[in-house]
Order: sequence, then C-alpha cells, then structure tokens
Amino acid sequence: MLTEYSIPHRLDHHDLQLLAALQKGLPRVSRPYQTLGQRLGCSEEEVIERIHALQKQGIIKRLGVIVRHRKVGYEANAMVVWDIPDFLVKELGERLSQLDFVTLCYRRPRHGQAWPYNLFCMIHGQDRKTVEAQIAEANRSCQLTVYPSAVLFSRRCFKQRGARYALNQDTES
Amino acid sequence: MNDLDRIIINGLQGGFPLCKRPYEAMARNLGITESSLLDGLSSLLDRGLLTRFGPLFHAEKMGGTFSLVAMEVPSERFDEVATLVNSFPEVAHNYERDHILNMWFVIATEHPERKDEVLRGIESLTHIKPIDLPKIKEYFVGLRLEV
Repeated sequence: MLTEYSIPHRLDHHDLQLLAALQKGLPRVSRPYQTLGQRLGCSEEEVIERIHALQKQGIIKRLGVIVRHRKVGYEANAMVVWDIPDFLVKELGERLSQLDFVTLCYRRPRHGQAWPYNLFCMIHGQDRKTVEAQIAEANRSCQLTVYPSAVLFSRRCFKQRGARYALNQDTES
Repeated sequence: MNDLDRIIINGLQGGFPLCKRPYEAMARNLGITESSLLDGLSSLLDRGLLTRFGPLFHAEKMGGTFSLVAMEVPSERFDEVATLVNSFPEVAHNYERDHILNMWFVIATEHPERKDEVLRGIESLTHIKPIDLPKIKEYFVGLRLEV
C-alpha cells in the first residue's frame, strides 16, 4: 500500500553523521552543538543550521525529553479505534488529534471483519478511570459515538524501546 | 518525582532552542539555573524516567518503515509467542491488550523489504498470521503529558 511516506527523503553524508551522533542524545554540556561539531569536524553554526533544516523537513520531529510513560506515573494506556466512513476520517482524525490527552492519532487500513477500524488513537493517563472519562469526552466532543468503536487497554508490556537506526557506523565511538 | 523533575518533563516536551547556549536559554524560561537543568536531566536519565534527551525522529522520512501489527494468540500460548516475536530486534514495543486480537507490537525496519521478511519470519515461527496495519496518515498531536 502506498502511504504518504513512501518516498524517502534525500540526506547527505553530513546529515547522516549528525543524526547518528544525535541518536545517543544531545550532549549535556553548556554548548552541546559545539561539542557535536567537534565530534563531527564542523562548526557549531553548521550543526545548528543542519538541525534546523532537518526539523523543517520533518525528519527530526522535535528535540526534547522522551518520557517512559509508566515510570512517570502514566500507568494506563488505551488504544481507541473507530470505523469512520472514508470521506469523514480526515476531518474527524484532525479534530481528535486536537484533544490534550490524545498522544498519537493515525489513519490505518481496515482488515476485513476481524478488524473493521480505520481511525486509531492512543490515550495515556494516570489511571484507568481517568482514561475512560477521556474516551467518553473524545466520543462526545468529536461526535464519534455513532460509529462502531473498540477500546483496547494494555494489560502487560513485554518490550519497550525506542527504534534505533543503523545510520552510519563510522561515527559510533 | 520531585519538583525539578516535573518542571523539566513538562517544560521540555515541546521543543528545545537552537542557539549557542540552549540549556541556559531553556533554564531561564523554566525559572531554574542551567546547572540544575543539566543535573536534573542526567538524574532523570539515570533513573530511567526518560528513554532519551534529544531528537524524536520521523522514521519513515529517514527511509525506515514503521508498522503496527496485531495477532490473535491463544491465551495458553501467549508467553511463548511473545518470546518468539520479541526475539526479532525490529520489534520495538509489544503489548498485551484486551481484545480477540490480543498481541500488538511495532515493527521498525530500515528497509520496507525487511518488514515483510520479519512478518513472514513471525508467521513461520508462531504459525499465527500477523495482521499488518501500517499508518496511512498521521494526525499531528503535540506532546503534552503533564506530570
């Protein structure tokens, strides 16, 4: 299936080196971009410009903290799904994603009778009761109650790690 | 979690400055000192509350493929199947959820062809057909977990 991301963006060698270096995290020193530049053999200004460009292209979504939900007290997480008519899914997806407690929101393919849903969102909350109230609010405020839906709370987490990319091994030290 | 943890987690989800002294600039915004920000971040990482401080990548734009996969696993086989599925390094998250499709995980690969290999590998190891649900469209959400 063709998705909006089918065409990979072109990244040059320096971008790949920078992304590989950033993957380990931003150095925790006063001038982190200077430190990265020293590692990669370029100036602080060039590092800043390249990161800026990578953000504009959307390759870096953002810089910041990546939180381990369960460890910071977000014990409950629910995947909530709806079967929305195709001509409405864009509008309702965009509306749903505006809600504060929605942490991810996607359109995905249906899969026959086993899985008739095409709109997905994730809600992370401190406890199940809160998340249930948030789901009710999402249904009400986005007028989703008329569509078939399902709520899948997580029972156990077996594996949680961020994705890693083997970008450019020669920058690994 | 202490007050500094909360200030940092709540303050640093929305972006980070691109200037020569970004920690100093960020700390000023948050009303703390640069050194408490740096120490606080290190402490959050050491205690495992953060997986990382740095970039959140857009996997597909880097040429990688991300997909959500669901499986219907008989309950008596759940742990065995979870072990088999998790043995693939491309499997990034795996949750048991309350539905007939009870196992949900993410496959992250650098090349689209590899995703299909992993899916076939999972099916031949477990004899259960994984249902591949790649995203068609992502609706942007800001990340605003209040702690």
